[in-house]
Amino acid sequence: MKMDEKILEVINISKYFSDPVKMQVLKEINFSMKKGELVSIIGRSGCGKSTLLYILSTMDTDFEGELLIDNVNMKDKKESDLASIRNEKIGFVFQFHYLLNEFSVLRNVMLPGLKLGKYPEKEVEQRAMEKLKILGIESEAQKKTNQLSGGQKQRVAIARALINDPLIIMADEPTGNLDKKNGEIVYEVFKELAEKFNQSLLIVTHDNDFAAKTHRIIEMEDGKIIKM
Amino acid sequence: MNYKLIASISKSLLMARWKQTVVAAVGVTFSITMFIALLGFMAGLNDLLDGIMLNRTPHVRLYNEIAASKIQPINIINRNKKGHDFIRSIKPKNKNLDLRNSESIIAALRKDNRVLGVAPKILTQVFYNVGDVDLLGIIDGIEVAEESKLFLFKDYVKGGNYLDIQNIANSIILGRGVADKLLADIGDNVQVTTSRGTQVSLKVVAYYESGINELDAVQSYASVATVQKLLGESNTYITDIQVKLKNMAWAPQVSKEFATLFDVAAIDIQTANAQFETGSFVRSLISYAVGITLLIVAGFGIYNILNMMIYDKIDSIAILKAIGFSGSDVNAIFITVALSIGVFGGTLGLVLGFATSYLIDQIPFLTASLPLVKTYPVSYNPIFYMIAALFSIITTYFAGFFPSRKASRIDPVIIIRGK
Repeated sequence: MKMDEKILEVINISKYFSDPVKMQVLKEINFSMKKGELVSIIGRSGCGKSTLLYILSTMDTDFEGELLIDNVNMKDKKESDLASIRNEKIGFVFQFHYLLNEFSVLRNVMLPGLKLGKYPEKEVEQRAMEKLKILGIESEAQKKTNQLSGGQKQRVAIARALINDPLIIMADEPTGNLDKKNGEIVYEVFKELAEKFNQSLLIVTHDNDFAAKTHRIIEMEDGKIIKM
Repeated sequence: MNYKLIASISKSLLMARWKQTVVAAVGVTFSITMFIALLGFMAGLNDLLDGIMLNRTPHVRLYNEIAASKIQPINIINRNKKGHDFIRSIKPKNKNLDLRNSESIIAALRKDNRVLGVAPKILTQVFYNVGDVDLLGIIDGIEVAEESKLFLFKDYVKGGNYLDIQNIANSIILGRGVADKLLADIGDNVQVTTSRGTQVSLKVVAYYESGINELDAVQSYASVATVQKLLGESNTYITDIQVKLKNMAWAPQVSKEFATLFDVAAIDIQTANAQFETGSFVRSLISYAVGITLLIVAGFGIYNILNMMIYDKIDSIAILKAIGFSGSDVNAIFITVALSIGVFGGTLGLVLGFATSYLIDQIPFLTASLPLVKTYPVSYNPIFYMIAALFSIITTYFAGFFPSRKASRIDPVIIIRGK
């Protein structure tokens, strides 16, 4: 894949909420992202930035317009196809860590890899350990998730997002629930991923300091992009 | 679909809330246990009660019936005329009860490969003489070895050797009720008067106890030869031929065939004992109904617990979907959870059900009317175990079906945004 090839393209995306009254939350959004970019979306709360992210993530399919991931149109794809696209091409980091408490740290990181089924279990385990090492938490691998601190949990979530070497990592307020120091660490991790591993990242945040350090800022207001 | 991964996720979900899992599984175990124990016990009793009658009843009985002739003289005269004939007061003709050609009929029956065995019999009415009193009674002349093999005769003989009526001339196995009235012990002689008026002395060799008091008060047994002698008949005199078939269900068909073939009256066991079949059918129906109700109740228990579990795990489901598990994967995970509860609970239930049946089988059950029965009867019919196993899987599948479908339809966006 060439460096300047588009991995994500958004064409005229609009979305409506019909409950309680019909209202347009996204108004003809257009933008694209290239491989290796570290992009942040900022805006006040309620401006539609998270809604946009969930559409980009393929989890929300109720929208108008076109979404192309890796030059493939996501419109009219089956639920199970979208699930495999999420599994293979998209890594997710949420505001709240969203780890599965039933599993160990290592197993949490391994799950998307096991689901993909590209490598045997032993190799997935080895890869998971590598990812944990990148994030500096390989010593916590065998622990239960509820024995970790907030910052550690978020790093585990990032390791999980990385396990299938995704095309793009999407993060929804990844530092929103962390203190300054941990937020700093997470930012450093993202930056390292983008610069050292050429990983594309799309990060929704309302932390302007954080956004200022990214390659590109998309600013939204009232469902529209006002600055790019 | 990666079944190994789905199984491992299901296992983790089950283990994470193992107390809940155990409660759900115990529900299934309990219902399967009760289902097996109840059905085994009911079927055991059914078999016992049916056996009292059915074991001793021939599948087809051939005899001469005292009945009005089917073809009356008037029918012969007016054969081709239209209209109806009305005749009253037709009486049966005096017919000898002796089955003619009994020896060749028996030989023919023994060659028939549907027939398990044949036992000839002579029915005769007698009076037992006690001082001035004459008690009405029945003595059946039987081939004792054959009778034992086919109709378990020896099980009902007490106090002596059943073969003695064959070996000792002029001997009798006296009904327990008769013996009590005659104050007859084994080795004593009793006087009987036959319907032909002759008086004979017979030696008591054993008692007969059927479990039916009314029967024991009149019924005695002697050998075919002894009864032929009592009646002053030749050694070919036989009034009944009892046939046991390899399959009881053939009896109505076979009985019709024998009736025309040998030109005798024939009655099949189904016609003779219709009420037994109805009774045992209704009893099994009730026990199945109760058993299946138990299983359905257990199914609702699993349904509830799964619903709670899904509510509890709604975040986990959302995250599984976000990292690439499809709705059908989630569905498979929860169906696996439900089925594991069903399989583990059910298997344990089968084992405990067998154990409970075995325990019931050890409880003493002594009753005067059933001399052979020492403990409560229990049936270990494998059909019950198969039905229970199948049903535990089916109920848990359906109990898991709707909650799983609900889980598979959870929209991860709503859950994740809702935080």
